[in-house]
Amino acid sequence: MSPPTPTSQAAPRSSAASRQRASIVAWARDRYEDLELGSVREWLAQEPGRKACGYLPVYVPREVIHAAGMLPVGIHGGGSMEIIRGDAWYQSYICHLPRSVVELGLTGRLDCLSAMLFPSTCDVIRNLSGMWQILSPQTWVRYVDLPQVNDPERAVEFWTGELRHILSGLTALTGKVVDDEALWASIAVYNEMRALIEELYAVRRDEPWRVPSEELYLLLRAGEVVPVEEWLVRAREYLEASAADKNRPRDNARVVLTGAFCEQPPLGLIMTIERAGCYIVDDDLLLGNRMIRGPVAQGGDPLVALARALLHQHRTTSVLYEPDPTGKAREIPERVEAARADGVIFAAPSFCDPALLDRPMLRDGAEKAGIPCIAFKYAENTGQFQQFREQAGTFSDSIKLWVGTRAEQGRVERGRTGAGGEP
Amino acid sequence: MRDDRVKKDRSMLLQKEMIAEHFQRLEDAPRSGEKVVYTFVPGNLTELIRSFGALPLLPEINALQSGMRGKSKAYIAEAEKAGHSADVCTYVKADIGMMMSGNIGPTGTRLPPPDLLLLSYTGCYTFMKWFELLREQYKCPTVFLQIPYQGDGTLLPEHREYVVKQLREDVIPALEAVTGRAYDEGRLRELLALSARAEDDLVAVLHSAKQKPSPIDSYFGGVYYIGPIFSAFRGTPEGVAYYEALREEVEERQALGIGPETPSGRLDDQRFRIVVEGPPNWTSFNEFWQMFSDEGAVVVASTYTKVGGTYDFGFRHDPGDPLGTMADYCGGCYTNHNLPGRIDMLVDYVKQYAADGFLINSVKSCNSFSAGQLLILREVEKRTGIPGGFIESDLVDPRYFSAANIKNRLESYFQMLRERRRGQVAPGSDATAEVTP
Ligand code: SF4
Ligand code: SF4
Repeated sequence: MSPPTPTSQAAPRSSAASRQRASIVAWARDRYEDLELGSVREWLAQEPGRKACGYLPVYVPREVIHAAGMLPVGIHGGGSMEIIRGDAWYQSYICHLPRSVVELGLTGRLDCLSAMLFPSTCDVIRNLSGMWQILSPQTWVRYVDLPQVNDPERAVEFWTGELRHILSGLTALTGKVVDDEALWASIAVYNEMRALIEELYAVRRDEPWRVPSEELYLLLRAGEVVPVEEWLVRAREYLEASAADKNRPRDNARVVLTGAFCEQPPLGLIMTIERAGCYIVDDDLLLGNRMIRGPVAQGGDPLVALARALLHQHRTTSVLYEPDPTGKAREIPERVEAARADGVIFAAPSFCDPALLDRPMLRDGAEKAGIPCIAFKYAENTGQFQQFREQAGTFSDSIKLWVGTRAEQGRVERGRTGAGGEP
Repeated sequence: MRDDRVKKDRSMLLQKEMIAEHFQRLEDAPRSGEKVVYTFVPGNLTELIRSFGALPLLPEINALQSGMRGKSKAYIAEAEKAGHSADVCTYVKADIGMMMSGNIGPTGTRLPPPDLLLLSYTGCYTFMKWFELLREQYKCPTVFLQIPYQGDGTLLPEHREYVVKQLREDVIPALEAVTGRAYDEGRLRELLALSARAEDDLVAVLHSAKQKPSPIDSYFGGVYYIGPIFSAFRGTPEGVAYYEALREEVEERQALGIGPETPSGRLDDQRFRIVVEGPPNWTSFNEFWQMFSDEGAVVVASTYTKVGGTYDFGFRHDPGDPLGTMADYCGGCYTNHNLPGRIDMLVDYVKQYAADGFLINSVKSCNSFSAGQLLILREVEKRTGIPGGFIESDLVDPRYFSAANIKNRLESYFQMLRERRRGQVAPGSDATAEVTP
């Protein structure tokens, strides 16, 4: 069985909804591709005194940045940009993300950011926080230690303290006095964003032909750099347009993509997977967006509420300690079940400790549950997709031939495909 | 630690006996009923563990010993075969491979399974994954201790309090549950007092390198000196006795004005005084050391010997504040310092120890150490005016120790130092660039 040709998603359409959808995707793509952060600069120029705060993956509390009066700006690397200076700061066995971030910094592309937050995703990002303190002394830099302890109450106390530190550091830059009301307003707007993203994911899960992963991803990338209020408008429009402008369903396998929560795969890789016959029905791309499941509950101290939400509603991820000894083994089967997926693709950045150290535990859990798996590594600047096309195509075919997709069976008798190891 | 090429000091023999006895007790633990707690070197709570009558076991030490004994290659292959990535820390894979191959430890005895995994999360992300992985295998209780990173250059008071609270409310109850003993603060204070005595002696030994010639090598020799205090023997009478003996031995050499034993014999004629950043390579340890000693290079200070505590900057365990002092200890371990703090430390070493050069051994395994080292190199060069060298290897994966390449680089580096001494080369010149990537 050969992979379907990638014509259906890209087919020209004439309806107003189609034009609307295309224009939103084009808007998002512009923001995704613009490494100069033009939209951030425009926002800053609109009012004197405005400031922006950058952050690295995976999770930072954007509500706090927003309440402090700053624009949160996700820094997710440089994609396929040419690295001239960044490579001089990193050995060959370190992942690609920090070298492109340093390149962005050294070439002045991030000089519109008055502050930078480096969450405790891994030791590379941790050490990058110290590098930033040296390379960019004019920037307020904070390393953000996520709460890791077992006891949620102690963790809430610790994390609330961290949130207060971040808030006071940022308000020292903006001079804004932030009261509870302002914090609640920011929490409310990000609750809206979370809800809308969940809705987009649910629509893609139920009708992946309606929301191609490429488009969803671009939309979320735009959400990393534009004001949340603007993003909400565009994302709602997209959702409406996509309802009126559906692609044709295809005979694809349904897969969960996991391991890509920090250094982002090239857009071409996401497209390749789908076009090779695998609908991505769940993923951990830009995971910070969905780190907290559901809304932050209103009431009491807003920072405590935000901390509680992280501790009690977070998704399982490699960057947070898993206190439940069965947690790692259950993670993939649960996600596969929730997404009604047929298989899982472990896609990790090369040299990514968090993704690659987790992988044996996750894969073991998946295989014990009889879930077909493949695994590969990528870098943000990977330019050749042939190998991935073949792997994903074979994976999709083997699921369809030997296991049967959910769509075909209504239920799945799972079995190992045996496809794919680490390249 | 095995060492055939270097003449053994008395302290080395003493250490060997201590280790052999400890591993024998570990092997006997399932029969003797002694409880075994696995934990990590940075942020290890040896006194607390021992105050409950339990035995500490440190997987990193096993991994490095496997490297020195030529076993890590097979262990790593075993782990990779089982699905562990080629890209990740080889300590983890050496440990897991050893476990898969029957768990025979460095002294040839069988290692017992843990009764408790004490995950002291200090200065390294991989620790978290390592114990999550071991937990899959051993299905034993795990207690997590989060040590906040010194992102702003200090352990903030609320972070210290957070650690104390975890010790009191998580770690101590977990140890009580596993050992069936009640927490005995009096006993803990006694052990902490022993730690402080040993720490005083260790610091005297480390500081001896300020003398010319240095009576110690603070990296290759240093890893022996830190062995007992970074592993199972802090807070024990054996530990105190070891450091007294070591100090005496070093003071004798100091008095005689002689250098340490090295693979090239006793190094009295010390042509270069070097500061080293980064862990050593363990699979070709002596060969690596000899590349230095053959050139007459002695290491006068190193950061690796601070991963289990930065005593030379004044910290001592304080029996007067048992839990607070353990929080300070964990927070102060080298890899828990931010990059500017690490640079300050290196600059301080170069100056305090009157170094001629400093070298970074960047190991592939370790993002905690390695990410950012090229910036460290430049900053230390800039602030000291001394040229830096940069070499790459790995801890326990022999595939990443290219002897010819490293030797070449070191020879160029020492050659450049020689020329510089003759006034021919300025820092930041091409010769410097030659040994940096
Ligand atoms: S890609 Fe992985 S290793 Fe690299 S910075 Fe991100 S989490 Fe860390
Ligand atoms: S990453 Fe580095 S500090 Fe962490 S376990 Fe490996 S060698 Fe040790």
